[in-house]
Amino acid sequence: MSGLAHILESEGIATVAIALIRKHAEDMKPPRALAVPFELGRPLGAPNEPDFQRRVLRDLLELLEEDSGPVLADFPDEPPGAAPDMEGWACPVNFAAPVDDLSDEDLIRQALLQEISLLKPWYEESKQTRGGRTNFGISGKAPEEIAAYIAHVVTAREDTESTIPDTPAHLAFKHMADDMRYYYMEAAIARPDGRASDVEIGNWLWGETTLGKVLVTIRDWAMESEHPGFKALAVTAMVPTHQRHRTQHG
Amino acid sequence: MVHLREMPDHLREALVNQELPDFGDTPWVEPKPLSECRVALISTAGLHRPEDPPFTPGAGDYRIIPDDTDMGALTMSHLSTNFDRSGFYQDVNTSFPADRLHELADEGVIGSVASRHYSFMGATPPTAMEPVARDLAKVLKADNVDAVALVPV
Repeated sequence: MSGLAHILESEGIATVAIALIRKHAEDMKPPRALAVPFELGRPLGAPNEPDFQRRVLRDLLELLEEDSGPVLADFPDEPPGAAPDMEGWACPVNFAAPVDDLSDEDLIRQALLQEISLLKPWYEESKQTRGGRTNFGISGKAPEEIAAYIAHVVTAREDTESTIPDTPAHLAFKHMADDMRYYYMEAAIARPDGRASDVEIGNWLWGETTLGKVLVTIRDWAMESEHPGFKALAVTAMVPTHQRHRTQHG
Repeated sequence: MVHLREMPDHLREALVNQELPDFGDTPWVEPKPLSECRVALISTAGLHRPEDPPFTPGAGDYRIIPDDTDMGALTMSHLSTNFDRSGFYQDVNTSFPADRLHELADEGVIGSVASRHYSFMGATPPTAMEPVARDLAKVLKADNVDAVALVPV
């Protein structure tokens, strides 16, 4: 972000930048930055809080009134909404225990299909609540096709064949695995208070579902794999930091 | 929550203390008065319209988000698994405040909203973004954009 600020400003466009990691702005000195005390992924602070979001954006834009820089200002307030009640969150659906045997492609596929069919009404409900919005669809594949591909990857490993034209196997996996996680996550936020966080949903997805177990297994394999594409993704782009304790390599 | 203070120490240290590119001295443009500025948003959240191709690793490209896009339909294909997406799912303005920008224009805080916004995918090394971003500056000028608000995730 600070890099873009340097580049655009040097080309004659005035910039203001939100800084989620204050130290990066301190070190890189973009022309005008507003450091915010929010979690990563929420640069405006909190969802469905238009007044608060507008204050953040206004404070940011008002840095354009400074006479000289670099300017690094601090937004003073924590986002509204109390920390979610960690005890209170539960997925709307009760699953069977994740499958134990991760060597049988067909069994894994069946288990994923069962999870998907249980989540489907909640996914649809969640989507409708948000006016039809969904982040599912990056890969262009249906949930059932994704279940089959993920079951294939965990058993075929290096021999995986991509099912997306002109897309290598590891990228097809990345897009489909992300899609599947979005599907589960969107279903999981369908409950009425809408206050679930990434960690709460993550603890359920990665700790209690067959999908989570399969994705952790793929990550464990990919970290030691000779396949350059899967290996490169494994380090940071497969399992969130707050769930890496479930993996062999952390 | 994916808050820095709640991350395991070693992961937080790695993120905060990662090696950063050196862009040298801070450039400075004297902008117009804020109430006359035409403003565009630039996100690094890997946002795009559903019909646009998803982002891929290492590419420094961006997607155009026309201001009249149905922002509610925007999708996110950022590669990182390490930031909160639940806020974005519930309200696009949590990470892409187009509605808030229009409100500030309506209130007269800024002059106007640009006809196009842009999204990069932030996991890209700035070196890969640089030539693309220099070209983008020309496009912004052609759209009479005076200032951009850079919004990361």
